[in-house]
This record gives sequence, C-alpha cells and structure tokens, in this order.
Amino acid sequence: MPTRTTEPAPAADAAVALRAGGPDARARRTERAKNWARRAPLLPALVFLVLVTQLPFLATVVISFTRWNALAPDNRGFAALDNYRAVFTDPAMRASVGTTVLLTVTVVLVSLLLGLGLALLLDRGFRGRGIVRTLLITPFLIVPVASALLWKHALYNASYGLLNGSLTWIWRLFGSDDPPQPDWMTDSPLAAVEMSLIWQWTPFMMLILLAGLQSRASDAVEAARMDGASAFDIFRYLTLPHLRRYLELAALLGTVYVVQNFDAVFTITSGGLGTANLPYTIYQTVYQSHDYGRASAQGVVVVLCSLLVATFALRTVSSLLREEVTS
Amino acid sequence: MTTLTTLSAARGRAGSPAARRRRRTGSLLGLAAWLCGIAFFLPVAWMVLTSFHSETDAATNPPSVGAGLSLHGYREFFGATGGGVSPWPPLINSLTASVVSTLLVLLLAVPAAYALAIKPVRKWSDVLFFFLSTKMLPLVAGLLPVYLVAQNTGMLDSIWLLVLLYTSMNLPIAVWMMRSFLAEVPVEMLEAASIDGAGLATTLTRIVAPVAMPGIAATALISFIFSWNELLFARVLTGVVAGTSPVFLTGLVTSQGLFLAKVCAAATVISLPVLIAGFAAQDKLVQGLSLGAVK
Repeated sequence: MPTRTTEPAPAADAAVALRAGGPDARARRTERAKNWARRAPLLPALVFLVLVTQLPFLATVVISFTRWNALAPDNRGFAALDNYRAVFTDPAMRASVGTTVLLTVTVVLVSLLLGLGLALLLDRGFRGRGIVRTLLITPFLIVPVASALLWKHALYNASYGLLNGSLTWIWRLFGSDDPPQPDWMTDSPLAAVEMSLIWQWTPFMMLILLAGLQSRASDAVEAARMDGASAFDIFRYLTLPHLRRYLELAALLGTVYVVQNFDAVFTITSGGLGTANLPYTIYQTVYQSHDYGRASAQGVVVVLCSLLVATFALRTVSSLLREEVTS
Repeated sequence: MTTLTTLSAARGRAGSPAARRRRRTGSLLGLAAWLCGIAFFLPVAWMVLTSFHSETDAATNPPSVGAGLSLHGYREFFGATGGGVSPWPPLINSLTASVVSTLLVLLLAVPAAYALAIKPVRKWSDVLFFFLSTKMLPLVAGLLPVYLVAQNTGMLDSIWLLVLLYTSMNLPIAVWMMRSFLAEVPVEMLEAASIDGAGLATTLTRIVAPVAMPGIAATALISFIFSWNELLFARVLTGVVAGTSPVFLTGLVTSQGLFLAKVCAAATVISLPVLIAGFAAQDKLVQGLSLGAVK
C-alpha cells in the first residue's frame, strides 16, 4: 500500500519555525490546528459511513452467535457456533455458494470479452459511430428489475416470448408449422439469468474499455503499422498491455456488483432450479425461515468470502493508484 | 483519433491494393459494429414496441410487429382506466430517495474528497481504501440489523431510511470519483487563493467548484442511477407507503396474472429518467464509472 504523501512534511514546518527562533509550543499548536483543519472535511463522511455500514455489520456478527428465530421468540440465547455449523452443513447454502461463484465468473468473463470486442469495433471510425455507441449503452441504463422482467416475460416466455416467437416466424418462412419452442427458463434457468445479466453488463465493460482504448497514444500504433506489424501483433503487444489496468478495473467493478445481484435472480427464477445465489439465500432465510441467527451467520460467511476477493481486488486498485500518484 | 482517421483516409485515397483491402475490412467492421449495436438494442426496442401494443397484440406467437399502436398499456399503468394502483406514489418515492440521497452524498463526499485530494492528510490512501472496502461488503450482510433497528424505531416503511442507506451505499464510490476529479485542480491556484486570504468557503466555491463541476455532475449522475435502480433494500424495508418504483414494478406481475403491455409500459416509464440522464451525459458516465481513473 503506498504511503507516499504529497503534503509538506510537518517536521519541516516545525524546523522552519525553530530556525526562525519562534516559540516552539505555539508552532506546534498551530501545526496541530492545521492538521485538524485538514482532516475536518473528511470526518462527516467517515463518521457517517462507520455508523451506517460498519455498525450493522458488527450487529450481524453478534446476532450470528445467537439462537434467534422470529417465529420462536421465546427460544433466544447464545448459540456459540451452531449457526455456522448449520451454514456449512446446509446443502442449499453450499449450492448457493457454488451458484454465486459460477454466476459471477460467467457473467463477468463473458461480458468482459464481449465488451472488449465491442470496444475494439467502436474504437475505429465509421459512419454512425455515435449512434451505435448509444444503442450499445442502452441495456445498462434500463432499471435492472425492468430488464429482468423484460427478459422473463417479453423474451423468454415459452408461449409468447420474442425468442420463441422468432423461431415460429423463421420456421414459417420455410413452410414449417412445427418450430422448436424451448422453455428457456425451465430448461436452463441459470443460463437464462446469466444471459440477461451479460446483456446488462457488457455495455458497462465496453464503456470502460473504450475509454481505455481512446486514452492510448495513437502514434505508437501508427508507427508499428508503418513497420508492417500485423493487426494481431498490434493488439497483442501494444493494445492489450495498455488495456490491462482497464480490464482489471472493469472486472473488479463488475464483480463487486454481480456478486451482490439480487434483482435478476429474484425476478427471473425466484431462486428456483439451482439459481439461488448468496444474496437471495440470505433474503430467504430472513423472510421465509425468519431465522435471524442463521441469516447473520450466512451474512458473515459472505463477508469473509468477499474480503478474500476484495483483498485481491484492492491490490489491483492500489497498483492503479500508485501509477496515478507517480505520474 | 482524428489524426488516425485522416491518415488512413489519406492512404485510402492513394489507392494501393493493401489500402483498399484495409478499407473494405474497415467498412465490414463498421457493419459488424452496427449489427451488434442493433442486437443489443433489440430487447429495449421490443419493450417499447410492446408497451404501445394492446394486450392481445402484445402476447402473440409469432410476434405481431406491425400491429396497430395503442396507449392502452400506459393508460393502465397510470391507472386512468380505474381499479389500478396509482404509480405516482412509488415514482415520487423513488425521486425523493434518489435526489435527496444524491444531495447528501455530494454534501459529504465533496469535502472528504477535497481533504483527500488537495490537502492530503497523512495516511490518506488508507482512508481511501477504507472507503472503497465498505463497497466490497455485500449490502445484504448488514440488512438484518438495519431491518431490526428500523422495526423497533418505527422507521420501517419510511422513505428517509432508504435515503440514509442509499447515501451510505453511494458515498464510497462518490468519494473515490470526486477525489480524482478534484486532483485536477491546480495547486498553484489554491496557493494563490490562500495568499489572498480566501477562506475555505471562498476557495471551494470560487476555485474548486468550477474545475470540479463536471466531476460533481458525473458523481451525482451515478449516485442517482444506483439509488433509482435499487431493489433489495427497498423491498425489505418499505411497504405500502414508501415503496419505490422497482418495488412497484415487481408487484405489477404478481397481483393478477400478467399484462405484458402494461408491464412493458411501466418498465419503460420507470427506466426513462435513467435513460434520459444517461444519454445526456454519456461521456461523464464513462469517466465516472471508471472511478475517474480514465482521463
């Protein structure tokens, strides 16, 4: 973690004060006041965040060690590690961990690759580029619940959704009255959720990568092309290294949001058929089983897993930051 | 970018076979980009088209693309035909929660980012990482205590609770974004101001604000979008009175079967504020989403 600071070293100020022969104590007092003045603007935000995000989490940790089910209010007490044991032995919980990982990795990777492809396409000049960019951004700007509802009812629906409707239409073009009509959400529920999320997150990846591409110095590429480098070589040795930090940033932010996804799972499959991810499982433990103790233990486990990811992710960001500080 | 285009255009005019080949692949790639754009836009176009169909035309197989347009879905959504639940309270709730929390976010984030960017406190990067790390914690892990506290203090089903939560949800990202935008303010200008005896307020309004305004706009935009879109907290912590638009949307389907045109109309209306804001500020959106790391 970079600890470099750009502030003038306070020691130097004090030294100046000393050399000037000024009273040491007063210099130190004004120094302290100045430090406080610097920190003061930071405090409201810090205090607010600690109160609203850290305190509830501490409470979650405490509740996770208690036996507490809202349906049996009299039976409350210290549960030691019972809730955690329940979490780790619960097959549904383990399944939802797997689902979360699979869902997140699939959505982030596929949308990152698609986003990269689209960003490369859009990086070149062509007629109507602005319009195409606007068209591509649109999925990201649709309210997530609305997009989940759209996929579930207007696109996936087996009897009148656009997907099967188009199949019927194409088959009729060829004179067939017997088009395949798959039931997308029952046949491949997780893929159905992933598909809608990929549609929603690809534009996000594209936006970040496109910004990355456009910050690349074009003269190096031009020089390489003059030297007869192939398009692939340019991509492999010039574009990709330059894009690395943007790829990392996009993957990191995408992961933060997709791991926490609730809307798509809740709306499209209601967590059925092996699509329940961790946020949905916790939601269910609270609102269907009313088992507060267990839900909190689940929450703590989720946080610990996220911290693992976050440590890695923060290191990535810290390398970004270091570059920014030194440049 | 422009030099690149002019260069390749100049070479295209030269007319060597290689240049002609490159131009042909160029227009093919342009075509591919157009096709991708249309493919990604298609579901949205379908949503809007369906919202203007009658319920019978909306649910047909094969799809009735050319069916006559109707405002039926929108009339149903706004409750003009009677019997329906009015969408205005949820829309107003969403607007209140998003706007007020965005203002609060700015109020807290701008000074914090100012302290972090312009006059760095010692260990500033640690503070910065603390902010970001709160974003890594799944919101759902703090949901239960918030719910219990709200239940015991009678704040359940109150829009102000959502305002508080949305503020905390967007604050970390906002501080990060604002910090990198504020880092653009030239230090010399600040020094000059402090020599002229300008106080904090004057410095902020006269010098920092003009430079940072685009960044503030981007931060506000993103904070607004995320608040407007949020479902989980709104669903758990609000009910009849304080339900937001996303909660209202999920309720549309479960009540009495599905009315596809009405649902599409609702989805269109509720997405509209974000769509308008997003289209209007595409570039700022990009800059903001990459946490200001992209210059």
